[in-house]
Amino acid sequence: MANEAAELEVEIVAADHFVWSGAATLVKARTAEGEIGILPGHSPVLAILAPGELGINPVNGERINVTVDGGFFSVDSNRVVIVADNATVNDLATA
Amino acid sequence: MGAQIRVYRQKIASTTSMQKIFKAMELIAASRIGKARTRVAASLPYANAITRAVSAVSSQSEIEHPLTTEPEQIRRAAVVVMTSDRGLAGAYSASILKQAQSLTELLRADGKEVRHYLVGRKAQAYFDFRSLSYEQVWTGGTDAPAFEVAREIGDAVLADFNTAYEEGGVDEIHVVYTRFKSMVTQEPTVIRLLPLEVVEEEAVSESDLLPLYEYEPEPEQVLDALLPRYIESRIFAAMLQSAASELAARQRAMKSAGDNASDLIKKYTRLRNNARQAEITQELTEIVGGADALSAS
Repeated sequence: MANEAAELEVEIVAADHFVWSGAATLVKARTAEGEIGILPGHSPVLAILAPGELGINPVNGERINVTVDGGFFSVDSNRVVIVADNATVNDLATA
Repeated sequence: MGAQIRVYRQKIASTTSMQKIFKAMELIAASRIGKARTRVAASLPYANAITRAVSAVSSQSEIEHPLTTEPEQIRRAAVVVMTSDRGLAGAYSASILKQAQSLTELLRADGKEVRHYLVGRKAQAYFDFRSLSYEQVWTGGTDAPAFEVAREIGDAVLADFNTAYEEGGVDEIHVVYTRFKSMVTQEPTVIRLLPLEVVEEEAVSESDLLPLYEYEPEPEQVLDALLPRYIESRIFAAMLQSAASELAARQRAMKSAGDNASDLIKKYTRLRNNARQAEITQELTEIVGGADALSAS
């Protein structure tokens, strides 16, 4: 598992639009129980998101912060799908 | 005689102005369809992700959740009917209402009480005119549905679903909407939202198999949070499809109305020319006749 593709395929979707997708090395999210950091090779998880900020370290470029107001996310075989009720990217690098 | 020509002229003028309206409405509908279809496409990733997650939770963990378990006896059903706010869309609203009516009859034949939730002014008008009762109605913005409205509808039906039958709750929820298949075909469709019928998709390859998830916090809580979202997203998807279908139906209806108007204009122009010619002929005959009478005397 660990020596497989060492990056995460991240997809962020909001209820009525697509927000962001790309490859990342780390995704940090806040769940109802606390913060969770997802690295490549993480075991499958389905968790509830708490309102707040998500941090994504993309393979290329600056760290991206996304503000979400609830939702959930799933992780399986290096694919992270973040399903938010509403999400906005606070991308300082390209803003 | 002159009166007849005037009547035709008036008819031509009014048909021409109607034709202009039809043309304009056709163009407006056509330009909005693109946007409506884009919105349908934009809502797909969310709907897919949520459906996948709900399937994963409800198929893997044997948890008893009120939203997934079928009640022993279904005594009352809620039907959400999605029509348009405005007319001039051909048979769009009529076919949805017909579908809703036959669903209602079917449910009643099974001995279920039926409760209606309406979306769109056309449905409201239909129910009001027949003095049929309905629970709640949402109007405005059927051609550009907002997610907030979908959420309101979802909350309303879920609240009734979570109420016991004895206290006036419902045991199942159906949605009647128009599925947008293509620009030329839109289909009135009925789906049952609750109790959940999670469609088991056939796993085509290894990667399509649903993984064994860990849940955080507990599967029950995850399902608690997921299902309302799932319902909202299904309702929202149905609203978006209905909006696209409404616009497509309107465009088609306006196109044929415009075509009919130009046919009418052609017909009236011919009749007007006939009448004018008849008038000229008659005038000539009268002059000739008068001259003949004068020279004969």
